[in-house]
Amino acid sequence: MTLAIDWPQGEITRIPYALYTDPGVFDREMTRIFAGPGWAYVGLEAEIPSPGDFKTTFVGNRPVVVTRDESGDVCVFPNRCAHRGVKFCRQEYGHTRHFVCPYHQWSYDLQGRLRGVPFIRGVKQQGGMPADFERADHGLPPLVVTTRHGVVFASFDARVPALEQYLGESNLAYFDRVFDGRALTVLGYSRQLIPGNWKLMFENIKDPYHASLLHVFLVSFGLFRADQPSAVKMDDTGAHSLLISRRGEQKRSDATSDIANLREDLVLEDARLLDPVKEFAGDATVVMQTIWPNLIVQQQSNTLALRQLRPRSPLEFELHWTFFGYADDDAAMTKRRLRQANLMSAAGLVSADDSEIIKLAQDGVSRFRDDAAVLLMGGRDVQDTDHMITEGAIRAFYRHYRKVMEV
Amino acid sequence: MLSLDARAGLEDLYADYAARLDDGPLETWPELFTEECEYLVVPRDNYERNLPIAVMRCESIAMLRDRVRAVLETVMYEPRYLRHHVTNVRGRVREDGAIDARANFSVIEVLPDELPRVLITGKYVDRVVRVNGELRFAQKHCVFDSVLVPNTIVLPV
Ligand SMILES: [Fe+2]
Repeated sequence: MTLAIDWPQGEITRIPYALYTDPGVFDREMTRIFAGPGWAYVGLEAEIPSPGDFKTTFVGNRPVVVTRDESGDVCVFPNRCAHRGVKFCRQEYGHTRHFVCPYHQWSYDLQGRLRGVPFIRGVKQQGGMPADFERADHGLPPLVVTTRHGVVFASFDARVPALEQYLGESNLAYFDRVFDGRALTVLGYSRQLIPGNWKLMFENIKDPYHASLLHVFLVSFGLFRADQPSAVKMDDTGAHSLLISRRGEQKRSDATSDIANLREDLVLEDARLLDPVKEFAGDATVVMQTIWPNLIVQQQSNTLALRQLRPRSPLEFELHWTFFGYADDDAAMTKRRLRQANLMSAAGLVSADDSEIIKLAQDGVSRFRDDAAVLLMGGRDVQDTDHMITEGAIRAFYRHYRKVMEV
Repeated sequence: MLSLDARAGLEDLYADYAARLDDGPLETWPELFTEECEYLVVPRDNYERNLPIAVMRCESIAMLRDRVRAVLETVMYEPRYLRHHVTNVRGRVREDGAIDARANFSVIEVLPDELPRVLITGKYVDRVVRVNGELRFAQKHCVFDSVLVPNTIVLPV
């Protein structure tokens, strides 16, 4: 099926608004991107530490179950009964030895293998499954799974390359900066249903240009500023990206003269809200990583979070936040992470700007489907840069997107 | 059981609280808290599983004022009206004289060009004390049921 999108071959500086609204585009994204050969984030090992532990989540718009089986391996399979398609597991987290579909009570083990089928031999010689019915033919088809330093990824497509190769050198190195092998502690969750296309979220995190303008709170407190040493790095495909920067001062400069709302007089009455301490090697104090197709890894000062994208329709996605720390954090560091979380998620003093902007962007693009977005900041190419006045990572994303989507 | 007077006092406190949030000025909202208060807006699933992340966390009246200023002066959001509905107010006097108070809340949100919708619903798990004769929140935990919220909460609950 061809997509009815008017988009000149190779063009990555103009993005047709129809990509944010078209149901045909969305359907193809769900198969090619989210069910294709990519590693989708599904959870942390710390969420399912013991055999029998499970959680439910989504890969794209498809519900899946993530379990730890008796041998300690992580398994992922679709959350829909092999019989009639019922989304059988209704709990977000739990512990079990098997899953039972409430409809006809077909039961599955922790690897998703079909174990029990009521009345399989009929009742009083009546009914029952045909003689050639094999339970092994009706299990839940497992996704391929990989883990790295406590983070679990899964893919519907077994052709996906090894995670290390998939991420590429720089993205792997920064992934390992946060996930360095230390045991992780989940601090909690926050979930937002954002009325916009899921790609707008990735664009937002791949866009350092906006951060130094829109986020008055960040800029006013020097947490992200256009005049700070920064970098944008991508893997060879452009699928994944890194925005790297460091904390600066709270004062006006050339770089802030274009910022209409800069508040250099802003002073916190209770400074404990923002009391960052250095905890990683190197000078970077903020690293925002996007991992195709559904993950944002956030390290802003001492708030560490995974933001998982769960598309629901062309017009709506869920942003699912998992805040975490390290098992060896002391009480003061945990407190610091909890306080700094005020900047993020459903009521975040910084991230609220982004969710509100995404809604307004969708409100605009939805009504002008024949028009296109302009991505010219920093030029027309997709190179890594050592500054943040660029939209290069968004262009790189769409270059990869066009290839995967064949659009 | 609270006396009728104590009950009326508690009801008045919640009514005043809702009015300051809905009709403003928002800058007067922190006045209903104690200096060392704890204010949390926290998803019920986190609360019940002892996961400490809250979507808003203020650990003093100063931090409440910081949030108000940040919201009014730095956050970009669509203009909106909120309407708090606080019901089922009840309380129990503790040995130290403070009141353990509970109430249900729903907040209706009205955005430009849109019909009213429920933004958030849940319960207040509060501790109310008397400061210079006035009732004040020493603790307010706004435990909301849905976890999933429609876009952004922005303003205090
Ligand atoms: Fe942003």
